[in-house]
Amino acid sequence: MAIWLTKDSKVIVQGMTGSEGSKHTRRMLAAGTTVVGGVNPRKAGTTVDFDGTELPVFASVADAMKSTGADVTVIFVPPQFTKAAVVEAIDAGIDLAVVITEGVPVHDTAAFWAYNVAKGERTRIIGPNCPGIASPGASNAGIIPADITGVGRIGLVSKSGTLTYQMMYELRDIGFSTCVGIGGDPIIGTTHIDALAAFEADPETDAIVMIGEIGGDAEERAAEFIKANVTKPVVGYIAGFTAPPGKTMGHAGAIISGSAGTADAKKAALEAVGVKVGKTPTETAELMRELMSGR
Amino acid sequence: MDLYEYQGRDLFERHGLPVLAGGVATTPEEARAIAERLGGRVVVKAQVKVGGRGKAGGVKLAEGAEETVARATDILGMDIKGHTVHKVMITVTADVAEEYYFSYLLDRANRTFLCIASVAGGMDIEAVAAETPEKVVKAPIDANTGVDEAKAREIVTAAGFPAEVADQIVDVAVGLWQAFVAEDATLVEVNPLATTKDGKLLLLDAKVTLDENAGFRHPDHEALVDQASVDPLEQAAKEKDLNYVKLDGEVGIIGNGAGLVMSTLDVVAYAGERHGGVKPANFLDIGGGASAEVMANGLEIVLSDPSVKSVFVNVFGGITACDAVANGIVQALALLEQRGEKATKPLVVRLDGNNAEEGRAILDGAANPLIQRVDTMDGAAERAAELAAAGV
Repeated sequence: MAIWLTKDSKVIVQGMTGSEGSKHTRRMLAAGTTVVGGVNPRKAGTTVDFDGTELPVFASVADAMKSTGADVTVIFVPPQFTKAAVVEAIDAGIDLAVVITEGVPVHDTAAFWAYNVAKGERTRIIGPNCPGIASPGASNAGIIPADITGVGRIGLVSKSGTLTYQMMYELRDIGFSTCVGIGGDPIIGTTHIDALAAFEADPETDAIVMIGEIGGDAEERAAEFIKANVTKPVVGYIAGFTAPPGKTMGHAGAIISGSAGTADAKKAALEAVGVKVGKTPTETAELMRELMSGR
Repeated sequence: MDLYEYQGRDLFERHGLPVLAGGVATTPEEARAIAERLGGRVVVKAQVKVGGRGKAGGVKLAEGAEETVARATDILGMDIKGHTVHKVMITVTADVAEEYYFSYLLDRANRTFLCIASVAGGMDIEAVAAETPEKVVKAPIDANTGVDEAKAREIVTAAGFPAEVADQIVDVAVGLWQAFVAEDATLVEVNPLATTKDGKLLLLDAKVTLDENAGFRHPDHEALVDQASVDPLEQAAKEKDLNYVKLDGEVGIIGNGAGLVMSTLDVVAYAGERHGGVKPANFLDIGGGASAEVMANGLEIVLSDPSVKSVFVNVFGGITACDAVANGIVQALALLEQRGEKATKPLVVRLDGNNAEEGRAILDGAANPLIQRVDTMDGAAERAAELAAAGV
């Protein structure tokens, strides 16, 4: 069954005709995703050929949904236009919007998030600045490489793209129900807690890997949530123990401000609620392997 | 990007907020010119992006131009907590009656903005919040409705600001919010927000952080970057669109993806504990693509750091498969040689993920004596640390 993205998901791509959008649309199709069209008001009515699959281009998300029954949109538009693209998706009432774009001003993200809240959070937003979501063997919405892992019963939630891939690959023989890259920006639509709650409720997920990094206190809050709400075993990994304070480490949100947001504090918070935290990605994968082998 | 106080003061002034008249000087002579323009008593403040400058002697009063020159001479070049003072801000003085606190900032946890206001200003707000939480008001701000007069009045009332200054603070609260939004700031902090004995409100300090992701709509923000304090390697990397942070160790790091690179720094530091305490020399994320050209640019930057003794290239082949990455590394070394920058330091390469076997075969086939292939991240970190320790 997986979470949020299943084999029945019908995916559209906002920015499908751009270079990133078309490259990844092709990859999503190759991964077995049901991509049903794209959105570009200037090219509405045309079609784009992806290795023999003709995908229609629509003027708006609402049009695309009406014509195709799409329930997921993946957004690749440049940062200047991301806010408008997400607002359009929210207005159309789509179930899931996956925002891949990196470099979105945080005022824009705050604005589309507030807009989504005002509309009753009808739309789940993942990202921005994220690799997307993949349910191996079922569907892939975003840029996560589909062929590095297998189908299984581990749920994965991570702020980092490549660490997500690393973990998917290390545990490819055991496999995953769903892998969610929530993104490395200071404000994101889906948090660790949202994913933990969904994995806890998903009958096809037995255990959860949670990957965090320096900046903010999302991991500390996730630890509190785990203590109160999560019965499935959770293994954690945190990146950035040696990052200096005050420096942004690649992700806009990965910054230690004063004494807040350190990896040590996050690790301590997770361990305090019984989450085993690996020292390296490989050690973390081993912790999960031990846990799953006992099942 | 964190601004200096004088840049924050200028920004507030541009947005019509009440600040003290003043200017910024990099030499005692410039300080003299400002003092002469302002006249009378002035305050000379060291411009450093670190707290506690008052205690360190970085803030002094001066009477007239001669004294201003003397104080500026004292403060310029001073070291405050490891920050050298290159600039001083000189302003007229204010006859302060009361000191308050006011800020807008990003609230990551609640995915919105927050206003923090307090009648207890002039001191560390976190300490005030810890000791007398009743004196600190935290009001969430809706990003779309923002702070209008009604919202501002709500905050001012909740914070308990005295009635005689309430109207003025409401104006400042609205104006400061407008500046916060217009400039794409993630923090504007005024501490103290002061009243003078003649009843005027003044923003006496300015702590401002701007969102670099919003640079595309603020071409003027580029000029606020303090070039003198930018590390030359970081500058060179920025010109090549590379995400590089200079650190103080010996093992150069190149990887793809911010999280993986952060993780690589950690793994190298752990390995370094067993090898004479060597540490990562930098953070460098070459992104998902990892093409030969980007790899060459990255290697060039990392190898131009004289403290680097070995380099750890840690790539997970996802979208770009490992064979392409391996070709990139081999071509990058050739490209560097063409550029006359032939690499001489050992490169430990770990490739994993898509087409890992093919990628490793390409590295082996290249038979470049500088390249050492280690197939696990932990093992490669160990080897890179060992080589760096041997080369130190």
